[in-house]
Amino acid sequence: MSTTTKLDVPDSATAKASPAKPRRGLRGSPTLTFWLFTGPFLIGLAIFVYAPILWSLWLSFFEARFTVTPDKFVGFDNYVYMLTNEDFVGSLGTFTVFAAFIVPTTWALSLGLALLVNRLRFMRAFFRSVFFLPTAVSYVAASLIWKMSIFSGVRFGLMNTVLGWFGVENIAWLIDPNPPWYWLVIVTARLWLQSGFYMILFIAALQNIPEELYEAAAIDGAKSGWQTFWYITLPQLRATSTAVILLLLVAAYQAFDEFFNLLSKTTWGRPPLVELYYKALGESQDYGAGSAGALILTVLICAVTLLQGKIMGFGRGDESK
Amino acid sequence: MTTTIPKVRKSAPKADTPSRAGRGGGVMSSTGLYIATGVAALLFLIPFYILVRNALSTDAEITGENWKLFPTDIQWGNISELFSDETVPFAQTLWNSAVVATLHTVGVLLVCSLAGYGLARIPYKHANKVFYAVLGTLMVPTAVTFVPSFVLVSSLGWVDTYRGLIIPGLFSGFTCFLFRQYFLGFPKELEEAARMDGLGYWGAYWRVVVPNSLNFFAAMATITFIAGWNAFLWPLVIGQDPSSWTVQVALSSYMTNQTVVFHMIFMATAISILPLVFVFLFLQRWLVQGIAQTGIKG
Repeated sequence: MSTTTKLDVPDSATAKASPAKPRRGLRGSPTLTFWLFTGPFLIGLAIFVYAPILWSLWLSFFEARFTVTPDKFVGFDNYVYMLTNEDFVGSLGTFTVFAAFIVPTTWALSLGLALLVNRLRFMRAFFRSVFFLPTAVSYVAASLIWKMSIFSGVRFGLMNTVLGWFGVENIAWLIDPNPPWYWLVIVTARLWLQSGFYMILFIAALQNIPEELYEAAAIDGAKSGWQTFWYITLPQLRATSTAVILLLLVAAYQAFDEFFNLLSKTTWGRPPLVELYYKALGESQDYGAGSAGALILTVLICAVTLLQGKIMGFGRGDESK
Repeated sequence: MTTTIPKVRKSAPKADTPSRAGRGGGVMSSTGLYIATGVAALLFLIPFYILVRNALSTDAEITGENWKLFPTDIQWGNISELFSDETVPFAQTLWNSAVVATLHTVGVLLVCSLAGYGLARIPYKHANKVFYAVLGTLMVPTAVTFVPSFVLVSSLGWVDTYRGLIIPGLFSGFTCFLFRQYFLGFPKELEEAARMDGLGYWGAYWRVVVPNSLNFFAAMATITFIAGWNAFLWPLVIGQDPSSWTVQVALSSYMTNQTVVFHMIFMATAISILPLVFVFLFLQRWLVQGIAQTGIKG
């Protein structure tokens, strides 16, 4: 269909608009027009996305300290070094556990909020806004509020104040890894920041579930409540859940902002990206090892998301449109 | 109040059917539902309360023996104290964030929408291959490429510059993908009518497609602006000198400072959030629509 119009247009155009010569040229060749539209983006993509990836791949096979144009080829040494580096491997392990915990928790909380808000008859927009508002707050700002007030290790922190009312001693939330209370700080901050966003996705999905399904279920004698939730709502949300979990997984492995800010001076709870940050841009400026680590992390993220896709049986993100 | 939100309109007819109440479970009565939602809402608002309370208190009140619900005297003077402090050029960092987030948004929308339209609509035999090349970048997590990107940008001499902060982030495969999906669903008849009137692809794009897609552009702009304002890792890496810090980097530096002045730190945080709260309140409609429509954030 579009090809027929394409053929028609140049004729009428040449007849009508003789002064507009450059426009005729654009119109004449769809190939040229295609590159005109996509060119700026593709050039940028090549320079700022593809080139760094390839450069990184190249650097990872060289001894590259304090230089990005190394000449000493070391084969897989950087990979071996990173994979035997206790800090980095430990961090990959820790964050697999972190992802295994934070992903389902965020999923459940955002779905729960969506179910609540979706059932409200009054003040629905108000409550939705309240849960959604933290989306506008940066991880840095949230870290600051969490570290300096809510989970401040001293007496005037909010949590310690509240616990103090029940006679509990002050807890050093962030500066003592035994017991690892810092996870509570990080998890609550992350839940607060992320749930509202995914709640919006779930509300949209809930409203797309055909009402007839519930009516049919009622006729078949299904009790509303857990039964309809389990047999209708949850299966109908499958596609959205898959997308949400995928996004959460990738986000969990790429965690940086709040860890960097909440735990800056500590050596525990460092996510892979913070390890890489110190490795490549810290004092050692080891770009070779840093690049190798980045590629290892990429492979891990791809593997985990593919595994998730296999388990949840997705292949296309069609529903998310 | 509710009628301003498009989503509510959609569900309004459903609200009339009695079975709707059964949705998600009849486990909870209406009162129970509102209590649960109310408690959750209060928990979600606590950080905002603390932020405002601390920003307008004196340090003595913040660190005092008993928890003060609100400051006895509201300390508006904290604002001027913050801006006159010379250790961190806070006004400069705010300005940097505004410039970076705005240009980032304009640039991303321009570059990615054009490419998305080209991929969706302009017939070219290798268009699919190009599209896969764009999709491929989605597999590589952007945050992972920061080391080589930094190397590249520093060898261009762009450290500590707006260019270095903005340009590398413009080429978002994801935003391009979202625009492509959107344009695939754009009514073809409108474009064909424009072409009958003698417009080429370029003319039809600017005079017909863009003016009829302003809602989608607004949604993308809101999401992109928020992401640009809140970005941390890249500005941290690029902003070596305090004069090129964004406000997020400045906030982060407050946390690691030796001397901690609570009321100023919290005032700075409050001010850094304020523009986004405004964006949020006035553009929430587009934001919600954008997220719901695309399903996924950029």
